[in-house]
Amino acid sequence: MDMSGEYRIAAPIQTVWDAIQDPEILRGAIPGCEELEKTGDTEMAAKVSLKIGPVKAKFAGEVTLKDMVAPNSLKIEGEGKGGIAGFAKGGADVQLVEDGNETVLTYQAEAQVGGKIAQLGSRLIQSTAAKLADKFFANLRDELEES
Amino acid sequence: MTDQGIGARVLRKEDKRFITGKGKYTDDIVQPNQAYAAFVRSPHAHANVKSIDTSAAEAMEGVEAVLNGHQLTGDGIGNIICGWGITSKDGSPMNMGAWSALATDKVRYVGDAVAVVIADSKAQAQAAAEAVMVEYEVLPAVSNVLDAMKDGAPQIHENAPGNQIFDWEIGNKDDTDAALASAHHTTTMDITNNRLSPNPMEPRSAVATFDESEDHYTLYTTSQNPHVARLVLSAFYNVAPEHKLRVIAPDVGGGFGAKIYIYPEEIVCLWASMKTNRSVKWTSTRSEAFLTDAHGRDHVSTATMGFDADNNIVGFKVNTKANLGGYMSLFSSSVPTYLYATLLSGQYNIANVYCDVQTYYTNTVPVDAYRGAGRPEAAYLIERMIETAARELGVDPGELRRQNFVREFPHQTPVIMAYDSGDFAGNLDQAKAAADVAGFPARKEEAARRGKLRGLGYSNYIEACGIAPSAAVGSLGAGVGLWESAEVRVNPVGTIEILTGSHSHGQGHETTFAQLVSERFDLPTDNIQIVHGDTDKVQFGMGTYGSRSGAVGMSAISKALDKVEAKVKKIAAHVLEASEDDIVIEGGEVKVKGTDKAMGWHEVGLSAYTAHNLPEGMEPGLKEGAFYDPTNFTFPAGCYICEVEVDPQTGVTEIVQFTASDDFGTIINPMIVEGQVHGGIAQGIGQAMLEHAVYDDDGQLLSGSYMDYCMPRADDVPSYTVSHHSTTCPGNPLGMKGCGEAGAIGSPPAVINAITDAIGNNNLSMPATPSRVWAALQQVSAAQAAE
Repeated sequence: MDMSGEYRIAAPIQTVWDAIQDPEILRGAIPGCEELEKTGDTEMAAKVSLKIGPVKAKFAGEVTLKDMVAPNSLKIEGEGKGGIAGFAKGGADVQLVEDGNETVLTYQAEAQVGGKIAQLGSRLIQSTAAKLADKFFANLRDELEES
Repeated sequence: MTDQGIGARVLRKEDKRFITGKGKYTDDIVQPNQAYAAFVRSPHAHANVKSIDTSAAEAMEGVEAVLNGHQLTGDGIGNIICGWGITSKDGSPMNMGAWSALATDKVRYVGDAVAVVIADSKAQAQAAAEAVMVEYEVLPAVSNVLDAMKDGAPQIHENAPGNQIFDWEIGNKDDTDAALASAHHTTTMDITNNRLSPNPMEPRSAVATFDESEDHYTLYTTSQNPHVARLVLSAFYNVAPEHKLRVIAPDVGGGFGAKIYIYPEEIVCLWASMKTNRSVKWTSTRSEAFLTDAHGRDHVSTATMGFDADNNIVGFKVNTKANLGGYMSLFSSSVPTYLYATLLSGQYNIANVYCDVQTYYTNTVPVDAYRGAGRPEAAYLIERMIETAARELGVDPGELRRQNFVREFPHQTPVIMAYDSGDFAGNLDQAKAAADVAGFPARKEEAARRGKLRGLGYSNYIEACGIAPSAAVGSLGAGVGLWESAEVRVNPVGTIEILTGSHSHGQGHETTFAQLVSERFDLPTDNIQIVHGDTDKVQFGMGTYGSRSGAVGMSAISKALDKVEAKVKKIAAHVLEASEDDIVIEGGEVKVKGTDKAMGWHEVGLSAYTAHNLPEGMEPGLKEGAFYDPTNFTFPAGCYICEVEVDPQTGVTEIVQFTASDDFGTIINPMIVEGQVHGGIAQGIGQAMLEHAVYDDDGQLLSGSYMDYCMPRADDVPSYTVSHHSTTCPGNPLGMKGCGEAGAIGSPPAVINAITDAIGNNNLSMPATPSRVWAALQQVSAAQAAE
């Protein structure tokens, strides 16, 4: 399943670029994120609690930042195992464009799930994943504009 | 005839315990020192297993053991096998890939088990299963047959290049091609038979007990054929030799084919019981049932039917691609071949029939027999083809069928089967009269005034049951004989126990089998007990599937009853000082015909066991056994007529009338037969309109719960009009043909023919959901607008 969106953020491009790599900000922005720690320059370990349809699970996984072209684009990849609930993985291509003092963020994201979440929640996954992706970037904008 | 004999509507003896909740199912069995198994299943459709870390799970409370596939194979437990060998066109054997009950290096469908946790409680086992850490290297997956056959598709088994299992053919290709080339009219269609999940009410379950002191295993399991299970567990999976393994299938809540096979879980429970020295129980959750019970159907076919200038069928050619899933299940190879293509002559006299079938592995759960098993796929193909041809030729679909019916028997088809009896025109006439086909145009007009589209569709199905003559199926590749055994024990007090190798999981054998004895000895059915489902009680048996328990199982009982009857007459003749030929059995007595000399039935039993006064040289006791091997398949057939109304605004279809005229040969209990037909038609309507097992392109099962897999409910089906027009089957002593699968075989084409008639668009696939029907209606509107 594929999702995309666009946000206008009232912050300079470099600020947005830095924020996307900041574990503190990411922790606040990733929906259901309980823990997020840097494990390398571009790697982070995360624990995320999610509910899709009838399945509620805690995913333990990794977040990796790739293909970084500062301050204009990068790819955020995540993969998590939810134990008996199955697995979820996905990625987002993010582009930042400077527009005066503001930044326009666009993303194209894709997600894949397997195991019990797919079996029980398949009808809800597209809408849930789109909602989660949108919520992530909205949270990111809100954190940046508040700070 | 007694009022409880053949043809009587005797209420089902077993219903007292079923209706009052007193049935005893496998999950009701509790053994001393019982532990519970929970399986660790792959969430990936295709992956290499890199490592399994069980340390966290092993440390959890209540955990007895965590076992994996390397330990299983290390203990010599054999791979799961397919019991029917199919030979490809080029003479090569089928490419059967290895299937270990617990995957060792690779998983091939979502739900494939890689480890098992044995713990004190079910909850502890499940929690620990969640703590088993499996590292997978995910591989690209393929879930449908058309993708699996493509160049570059992910390879599922090393020994099956291109994922192909076999490429098989039947019939004469050159003659069929020539007939079609010179045909006056040909009809060609692409037809898909939708994949289905079986849904027996009772999920699969197993309780295994290893008795170390006796070196003996006992397995309670949800099986349609406990003796076959024991044979396979012993001979191929090396669990234990047969005399050290007792398999019991107690009350079983529906099978529909899904409980024929021996699955990984039963093997693992037996093995784990030995490893832990505890009884081990596993009961499938409904989620596991969707993932792991063998699915049904899943054919993609192209077919061409040719007609001469007088509308006689001159040739029928079919190509079918069948999806067999990630592994070959027990009878999976026979379903799209000998249980399918051998019925492609239908009820029709067709000189030239040819079919070739390619089967493929995919990253989905194995596909095997499901109510009808191959025959619904054949009936759907033929009956949609002939209905479509009638529309193209502008002739009445019922009459086009009639002119092509086989009328003389025996009739040898070009595809192995030799039909032994039938009156297809008689069934057509009966169904047409009951359905008031003559009044249909008026009903259609009336419906149109209400804004509804009304349509009528036929299905004249034929199937092969009474499975099957052992030598015949052996020559076609079957690994077993398909006879049946029975034992009749007359007790000293005259009550009777019938031990049968058939297995009842909803069919009502305890009633119908007793009726057979009641008919023979004029005794009340209350005096007759049917014993089945236990390898320690019944000597052997091949179980119940393929509508075989009447034609084969009851024929075995009938043979054993012959022997008992002969001995009873000998004893009575001796005691009553008369000729055996003058002895008659009636009214609970054994009498000398035309005299007042008689013994009570129970007195004969007592005489046999006291043995004080038996004929010279006669052995004491009154117990006889028989094995019956059928001489031919039986051929139930019939005509189904479905009438629907479609709402063009929403695409919602209502079945307003469904009429069945079946030929089942001799009927023992009409009430039970009607119940079988009702259930079968409901299942067929489910396939036609509601049910579809769907995997996404990554091999994830999307229809994995009742939220997404739509079963028929009471308001989805009409009140059926069911009737019988029977010819006697010459192949068995009772003249029976079988009725267990007919409804599910005959109904889907009738439903789809009716809907496509109503909407005026033949481009419609099962399940005909409202959205598909609506989309097909939009095609019609778009085509009309373009004109």
